[in-house]
Amino acid sequence: MSIIIQKEGILSTVQDLGRSGYRSSGINPGGAMDKIAVRLINILLGNDESEAVLEMHFPAPEILFEKDAVFALGGADFDATLNNKNLENWKSYFAEKKSVLKFARKNFGTRAYFSVTGGFEIEKWLGSASTNLTAEIGGFRGRHLQKRDRLDFKQTIIDIKQKFNYKIAGSLIPFYNRFPTVRVVAGAEFELLEASSEQFFSRQSFTITQNSNRMGFRLEGAPLKLLCNKELVSSAVSFGTIQLLPDGQMIILMADHQTSGGYPRIANICEIDLPLVAQLGANDKIAFHIISLEEAENLFLQREFELNFLKFGIKTKLHR
Amino acid sequence: MNYKIFSLGDSALTIEFGNEISVELNGRVLRLAEVFDKRSFTGFIELVPAYSSLTIFYDVFTVRKNFPEFSTAFTAVKSFVEYALENLKVPQKIDSKAVEIPVCFDRESALDLDSLAAENNLARQEVIEIFLSQTYRVFMLGFLPGFAYLGEVDERIAARRKTSPRLEVPRGSVAIAGKQAGIYPLASPGGWQIIGRTDVELFTPNDAEPTFLQVGNQVKFYSQNL
Repeated sequence: MSIIIQKEGILSTVQDLGRSGYRSSGINPGGAMDKIAVRLINILLGNDESEAVLEMHFPAPEILFEKDAVFALGGADFDATLNNKNLENWKSYFAEKKSVLKFARKNFGTRAYFSVTGGFEIEKWLGSASTNLTAEIGGFRGRHLQKRDRLDFKQTIIDIKQKFNYKIAGSLIPFYNRFPTVRVVAGAEFELLEASSEQFFSRQSFTITQNSNRMGFRLEGAPLKLLCNKELVSSAVSFGTIQLLPDGQMIILMADHQTSGGYPRIANICEIDLPLVAQLGANDKIAFHIISLEEAENLFLQREFELNFLKFGIKTKLHR
Repeated sequence: MNYKIFSLGDSALTIEFGNEISVELNGRVLRLAEVFDKRSFTGFIELVPAYSSLTIFYDVFTVRKNFPEFSTAFTAVKSFVEYALENLKVPQKIDSKAVEIPVCFDRESALDLDSLAAENNLARQEVIEIFLSQTYRVFMLGFLPGFAYLGEVDERIAARRKTSPRLEVPRGSVAIAGKQAGIYPLASPGGWQIIGRTDVELFTPNDAEPTFLQVGNQVKFYSQNL
């Protein structure tokens, strides 16, 4: 009733949509970097969209099914095979007991997600199954998955009539690419940028440096300057906040960001485009396009409507 | 009352009362936080009090659905905040619980005490005495689970951040940066000047209230050999 990690990956953790309600204690929400990928594959499997999944980086682990299961992959494409047969992302498959899931090569993206129908048996901490690596708690024993770790399925008996082989429509999948232009809303200190820096910000692209992880992505590009050097007392920051560091370079705060910060807030990446950022890696490039808050909200709503529609459609199919 | 309200991305807004460490501004933050703690709105997710600002996170979808009379979720939440600010009660009954914390100042724990003393032209013992003479307010929690920002540290022992942060500050380290003091609940990289160490558990993940210190607490340190 479980899977076993046969070969360890570089950073595989249990994640869900994050832990809310504890930022005021300094406990960040964490959760999957690419939340849309998680929601899509969970919806596809008929799971609650916040069901715990595995987030994997490349090299990804080798996974043995100890029991029959229906599963799906999403996010990055690491050239997955099940018993040496090629698999596609965003599609539900049936794995017979003793099947082996492997990932051969990094075709695209940085973070791949793996979910099973019914989900994994994970003890929640503060309402979430996400792994908090800093505090070493949550997820699977507060750490990344190692060889011989065993994750139990919640569902003990698989319904043989359970349906699979469904695929999510391409139009719902984020338009991932290595050089995305992402939409942002101007931040509190945007107007403190010098005019030329304002132009740089929205006309140039910035490179993701090696110094990038689940906490944040350090960018490299033409340095930005402020009209005056403003010292800020710490205040809340969020997933997607773009801060300007004293050396004129920017950092994008990612899922494991600290709850508060004191650097000028240039902009915030719109929720709808965060998945595009989450799939970037070192040497990829990013450009920013400023939109109004109203536009950002409308894009947010539109995507929620689409997801609700998908949820409804899949429920109808799975229960027919 | 002066304040600014701005968005923090598409799912949060910040109310900023100023940009300084002051008991008065922090008091306003906590009073406003209390309003939403007691009675929030549909779509409210959580709030984050900071030195002189409060940030409210909300679910755009739910706010828009429940308050269609507003053109955006931002304007809806902003109007709730403005209403709350107009009706903000003056008498503050915030948690000003007194908390005592033992600190060990031995050389093994107080990694930067000598250099901090030298930089401020004080003897080691003088720094300790000045530090212990004061009661500190918890202005906010952030940075790490249970990390409390305490203020204000006496001018005479204020300290610059280290130019290159330590890769690992030991758990329980009591440290100073500028006129702020803090305690590292976990081992972590950090750039504050370490003047001592406590064995109090600041982060207790399995408790319903996972942090030892809460915003508004009054902290008094005392010397103890560990």
